[in-house]
Amino acid sequence: MSIPISSLLTNGSATPARERWTYLDRVLSTTSPYAGEEFVPGEETIDALESSRVLVIGAGGLGCEILKNLALSGFKDIHVIDMDTIDVSNLNRQFLFRESDVGKSKAEVAAAFVEQRVPGVKITPYNGKIQDKDEEYYMQFKLVICGLDSIEARRWINATLVDMVDMGNPESLKPLIDGGTEGFKGQARVILPTLTSCIECQLSMHAPRAAVPLCTLATIPRQPQHCIEWAHIIAWEEHRKGETLDTDDPEHITWLYNTALARAKEFNIPGVTYSLTQGVVKNIIPAIASTNAIIAAACCNEALKIATSCAPFLENYMMYTGDSNDSGLYTYTFAAEKKDDCPVCGNLSQDITIDPEMRLEEFLASLAERAEAQLKKPSIRTEAKTLYVQAPKSLEEQTRPNLSKKMKDLVSDGEEVGVAEAAFQISFKFRLVFGK
Amino acid sequence: MTTEIAPRDVTPPPLQAPTAKEKKYDRQLRLWAASGQRALEDSHVLLIVGDEYQGSNSSVAGVEALKNLVLPSVGSFTIADSAQVTVSDLGVNFFLDSDSLHKSRAEETRRLLSELNPDVTGHAITTPLAEWLPVEGSLKPYNLIIACAPIPSEILQRICFYALQSSIPAIYVQSAGFYASFSIQLPSAFPIVDTHPDPESTQDLRLLAPWPELDAAVDSLGDISSLPDHDHGHIPYILILLYFLREWKANHNGNSPSTFKEKTEFRDLVRSRARVDNPEGGEENFDEACAAVLKSITPPPIDSGCKEMMAMHLCTSLSSDSANFWVIANAIKQFYETHGVLPLPGSLPDMKATSAEYIKLQSLYKAKARSDVAEVTTTVRHTESLLSRETTIPESEIEAFCRNASHVRVLTNPAHEPFPSLRLGSGDHKTISRIASLLENDWEALLPVFVGLNARANPSSPLDVTALTSDPELLETLTKATAEVERVSGGELHNISSVIGGMVAQEAIKLLTRQYVPVDGTCVFDGIRSKSGVYKI
Ligand SMILES: [Zn+2]
Repeated sequence: MSIPISSLLTNGSATPARERWTYLDRVLSTTSPYAGEEFVPGEETIDALESSRVLVIGAGGLGCEILKNLALSGFKDIHVIDMDTIDVSNLNRQFLFRESDVGKSKAEVAAAFVEQRVPGVKITPYNGKIQDKDEEYYMQFKLVICGLDSIEARRWINATLVDMVDMGNPESLKPLIDGGTEGFKGQARVILPTLTSCIECQLSMHAPRAAVPLCTLATIPRQPQHCIEWAHIIAWEEHRKGETLDTDDPEHITWLYNTALARAKEFNIPGVTYSLTQGVVKNIIPAIASTNAIIAAACCNEALKIATSCAPFLENYMMYTGDSNDSGLYTYTFAAEKKDDCPVCGNLSQDITIDPEMRLEEFLASLAERAEAQLKKPSIRTEAKTLYVQAPKSLEEQTRPNLSKKMKDLVSDGEEVGVAEAAFQISFKFRLVFGK
Repeated sequence: MTTEIAPRDVTPPPLQAPTAKEKKYDRQLRLWAASGQRALEDSHVLLIVGDEYQGSNSSVAGVEALKNLVLPSVGSFTIADSAQVTVSDLGVNFFLDSDSLHKSRAEETRRLLSELNPDVTGHAITTPLAEWLPVEGSLKPYNLIIACAPIPSEILQRICFYALQSSIPAIYVQSAGFYASFSIQLPSAFPIVDTHPDPESTQDLRLLAPWPELDAAVDSLGDISSLPDHDHGHIPYILILLYFLREWKANHNGNSPSTFKEKTEFRDLVRSRARVDNPEGGEENFDEACAAVLKSITPPPIDSGCKEMMAMHLCTSLSSDSANFWVIANAIKQFYETHGVLPLPGSLPDMKATSAEYIKLQSLYKAKARSDVAEVTTTVRHTESLLSRETTIPESEIEAFCRNASHVRVLTNPAHEPFPSLRLGSGDHKTISRIASLLENDWEALLPVFVGLNARANPSSPLDVTALTSDPELLETLTKATAEVERVSGGELHNISSVIGGMVAQEAIKLLTRQYVPVDGTCVFDGIRSKSGVYKI
């Protein structure tokens, strides 16, 4: 698979097979004072690059760019995972897809396109979920690059890669490069699982939007969003019970829109539109090609540096802001801190102050909004007993009565509890301190 | 609940169902709206690649920028590039394929970029720059020029001159190895109404300058201590603050709290009046009021950018062919001089309140905003007739200006300065001394990247870095940066060109939509340290 490189760059001129990579080779075959000590210019490095198997998670806005960039950075063995199919609203940025591809697998179409455009690169698509794969699968890669819009998937792969690290086996440490964008902004980060700050350590930097209290939705709506959320959370349940809401079904969105509109009319609230309805119920994040290009390329630049040592890699976070009113754009590059009380890579428990009068149910609900936890379906246990578990059903039923009990009747001040959410393979250790 | 529910089998067709185009561009319309999209679609961008063969001539950065403009549907693009596709192009440029070899690079990249979006028209110019550029009207079709380095100085000069003369922006892009940079040459004045400021900073509640109707709303509260708990807990926080400001002023010789200490005391006063003996043990609206004290008890905001605008010659002395922007700016200035405040933007943040009370308050703000727009419109109409202008400025344009008045910005290029690379290449002393002084405070040490990229801006006389500094450490940094560029002899790294191409596309979108604030100067990206910096050179 790897090209013959025995005659590579002899006398400074490339062999025909290598001529395609003239510009890349100028960087990989000459020395630079900025390169790492372990950098060996020339064929050894090029060979290492070509034999590095890398995994790309996500074949969407960032993923399309990442695949293109890796292929043009000299990587030859790329795998890509995505469970989504192509939608028409992807076409304004996901440039490997055409209108005729709508409905097909993103991973498969993207892989085929890049393979065809860049001869010699092998891209293996997997049309499915990252959770379908086990440690053995992830172990085969040199590094992992994530271009996702889902926090949940990021947390899962982060926890999996941290878990895989075996101190006795350096190969088990898989650098994770993560990119994310929103509108004109984005970030690129490099994570060395267990060694540097991980996605979970940095979770509070990506705080969830505060939810609107139910009583506002139910009795005193003021904003168009309140009317839409009411239609989404309350009216649908009431009038279309048993039907699963599909936010991609135009009939469903239309029903929510009309319902929200009628409610807005009743309260004289202006501003409910179809587009806003879609935005609220699908939690749409604005996305443009240029921001994806910047962040994806920044991530792949790190991948090239990590795979070849031709320059130091990012330690460890680059924040990008393209809509600054002061300077037009700016980046902020810094080292995010590794946290000792990180539920994934740390070993200390996190202190949480709670109202002892609070019911267990309310406490569990509050974990969804806490920036450092963001757990939607948590199970909880103390050292001695299980307080509440989501599954299996029998155990759920058995522990359900605890939900209405007050925290002070379930735990003592300063007691440590374990909170887990199956979706992330993460188990939090909290020390519950009574206060208000 | 009496809300009407649309019966499910007779769901009427949505009145505002998205069109096919709205669906395709949904994710970007949420940023720059239909008006921005229209401006983008009315644009024609020219990409110029230099003729003199030097590596890949930053052409990948240019093509990547175009990709990011074709996808969101720029109207048309033209690629001017006289080179033939080489094998090494194939390893760095994604918009070439094996069939492209030895064909025109302009034509081939045009072909593969055009595939990305059937809504966009692409053109290619394959003749050398020196042949077509001097022809009269050659640059006329374009409203943005992106030039890829290196370009011979006499040609670059012509491009800069043309752009300034016809008041269009131009961007110069450089990418070699791990380093990249772009510079924007703005027209002599570049006004932006829709700067998309942070919503937090745009709040203008007029707590220290309430107008009569807002005062009347406070009057109608009566004595709030006698209100039942439910009503007391639902007074919008704005009215709570106005209510207690009256009490404060009565005890402070008619003065509002202005120092930090006074504001803290005022906040304590508000907090002391919140009811805590209710079932909830507190009041959310009072919490909101306390939280808003430091931020909202301030004179109505006016940004320095808006003040600068009002002082500009273009604003104070109108002529019949002044741009719409300046006619409105002049009316805004008159409004400000009369009232001491700008027109009210009219938006209200969400706050704890009953639906009816909130909507009532919201209507008050909107009505005031509308009446301010009406006053500005009257001035505009008066000016139009004084100047015998032939066209009437649309009401929507005046309204948008009033809504954003405090955050309006005018970027300028008063000295008609061309790209710094061009000035540096011609050995301009002012530019060299500016770089020297910028280097003294260059904490992030990114300016050496620019110096490195431009050390050979003039091939016949390379830049003497010792003219920039006498500091040996800095000198070494500059020498190293120059060597870093030299070792790749003009070869691009795809990732770096993709980063800078993305940044250039963002800037192009800002310049073409006249939304957001563009980079006013030069931006450099250092792919070794993953950092960028913006400089006014
Ligand atoms: Zn961690």
